[in-house]
Amino acid sequence: MNLFMESLRQMLGAEPRRPAPEDYSEEAKKLHAYKKTPEQRERRRKLIEEELAHKKESYAWRKWRWPTIIVINLLFVISYHLDIQLVEGALTASRVLGFHFADLNSALQVTLAFKEVLINLLIGVTTVAILWWLVGGRSFCAWTCPYHLVSEWVEILHLKLVEKGLATDIPLDRRLRTILYVAFAVLTFASGYMVYEWISPTGILSRAIIYGTWISTSFVGVLLLVELFFVRRMWCRYMCPIGLTYSLIGATSPTVVHYDLEKCLHEGECRKVCLVPHVLDITIKGRATKPHIDIGADCTRCAMCIEACPTGALSFRVKGLDKLL
Amino acid sequence: MSKENDRTPPEAANGKAAPARTYDGPKRIKRRKKLSRKQQARRQFLLSMLAGAGLIGFSLTGYYPIVTYARAENRLRPPGAIDEREFLAACIKCGQCVQVCPVQAIRLADFPDGFGNGAPYIVARDQACDFSCDAVQCVLACPTGALSHHIDKKEQVRMGLAVLKRPELCLARKGLGFKGLARGKDFPGLHRYIEVDRWNPIRIADHPYDLELCDLCVRECPIKGAIYLKPLSDDPNEKRKTPVVTDKCVGCGMCEMICPTEPPAIVIVPRMKYGEKTS
Repeated sequence: MNLFMESLRQMLGAEPRRPAPEDYSEEAKKLHAYKKTPEQRERRRKLIEEELAHKKESYAWRKWRWPTIIVINLLFVISYHLDIQLVEGALTASRVLGFHFADLNSALQVTLAFKEVLINLLIGVTTVAILWWLVGGRSFCAWTCPYHLVSEWVEILHLKLVEKGLATDIPLDRRLRTILYVAFAVLTFASGYMVYEWISPTGILSRAIIYGTWISTSFVGVLLLVELFFVRRMWCRYMCPIGLTYSLIGATSPTVVHYDLEKCLHEGECRKVCLVPHVLDITIKGRATKPHIDIGADCTRCAMCIEACPTGALSFRVKGLDKLL
Repeated sequence: MSKENDRTPPEAANGKAAPARTYDGPKRIKRRKKLSRKQQARRQFLLSMLAGAGLIGFSLTGYYPIVTYARAENRLRPPGAIDEREFLAACIKCGQCVQVCPVQAIRLADFPDGFGNGAPYIVARDQACDFSCDAVQCVLACPTGALSHHIDKKEQVRMGLAVLKRPELCLARKGLGFKGLARGKDFPGLHRYIEVDRWNPIRIADHPYDLELCDLCVRECPIKGAIYLKPLSDDPNEKRKTPVVTDKCVGCGMCEMICPTEPPAIVIVPRMKYGEKTS
């Protein structure tokens, strides 16, 4: 089983596969066998017990991530209202210090609807693609998208409501996102209108805070209500085409969350907080085929798993940089 | 794990199960209530597709506004806007044109505009484009060419056409002058009066007029020769004149904004071309 292909499969909506016996590296086999010895089992049981007894919450990354989303989006607002021309435009397309930036998904829609390759968009898309490829692809979601932020707040509420039995989380089929992606692309091409853009919560929120087009946010409100009561993180998990576009960019990104099998106790705290838990399937006991694995394409690099992991088995890594230093 | 622990033993699945094995009373009833894994997956898939179909269905309702109230002839687009259909396809809905306009004439459409959500438009009566920026800044700002980059002078713009829609209200046609503020003291609209300040637009409410014959639409028109006043008869003593719009009119809407009658005697018909008949 090729881990890269597997991550692409999962990105498109397939359920994670159980690795076949021949997929495991010798080292991984040894580690798994070692973890099964009675002493190790006992040791792990004790460690987990201790952890649960002294649970501590960490926001080591969130305290940077939330302000990052807010600052990036506020830059658009203050650039316009104070007329300082740092970041002109909205998240769909902008000029950053005069350089063209274009959101990949918005540019794709324009190209499909207008049926012409526009040079400014090409420049903007290339810049943005390189930028997000460097920092992780779907890191756009967790570190820039305004909808992600409000959805995260709603998720916190949702989990509290679930605890009280006032809300439920109905899981949807993850293939839905791929289907919607194709459907929106086909409709945009066929109709010549940007069928997706007008309901894109990312675009809607970005324009609303910059230009005051608040009526659109009623749609965002509806999405958030559904997420609050019925489907946890519905939009980001099962629907958003922008997420899929950036997943693809992130599939080969050097900035990744890194998994260390040796340190892992397999208690699954990471999967509980993760927006895309399928990428953390390898943290289930016996699933990792190698002792060191970089988490797959769909990962938003939000670092919530890193914060949740009590043993430091998950950490950020920039491929190439660790060798360089 | 042994096979006996599996949820559905193979014997039960093929129906040949011995009665002694299948009979486990209350457990069976409980199991019937619970959906099997397969059923659950099916249900989840159907629900997901339903949600997807709902979303797609809803997204397509965005077509409705652009064939009804938000259609081309009702939306005055910024200078340089290409054909309405193509404009909505090419516009990336970023609002960079909004940001560069010195008189803030451009607004972004909101949700009720459907597929036009986020696309720029101008309400000339509230704030017309008076080309204060001199060099069609909005066109330069547009990253996609939805505002055509072939345009670099204000004279090349064709947003629509000025039409004397209510001639009976026109002061010039009555031979009347105009004294005071064109739109009242609370009107927030801006205009660049070159004789007052070459570079900065000021409020129309700060610029009173005293005219023997009202010629505001001609006087404030930013395009040379786009509109002029013509006497209503050959009589040399004729005081009454009527505004005449020429093929040079770009449809910027300055005349509609400055027209002191309420409602305005002269208005812009978006996308209309010179020589076309008004409906």
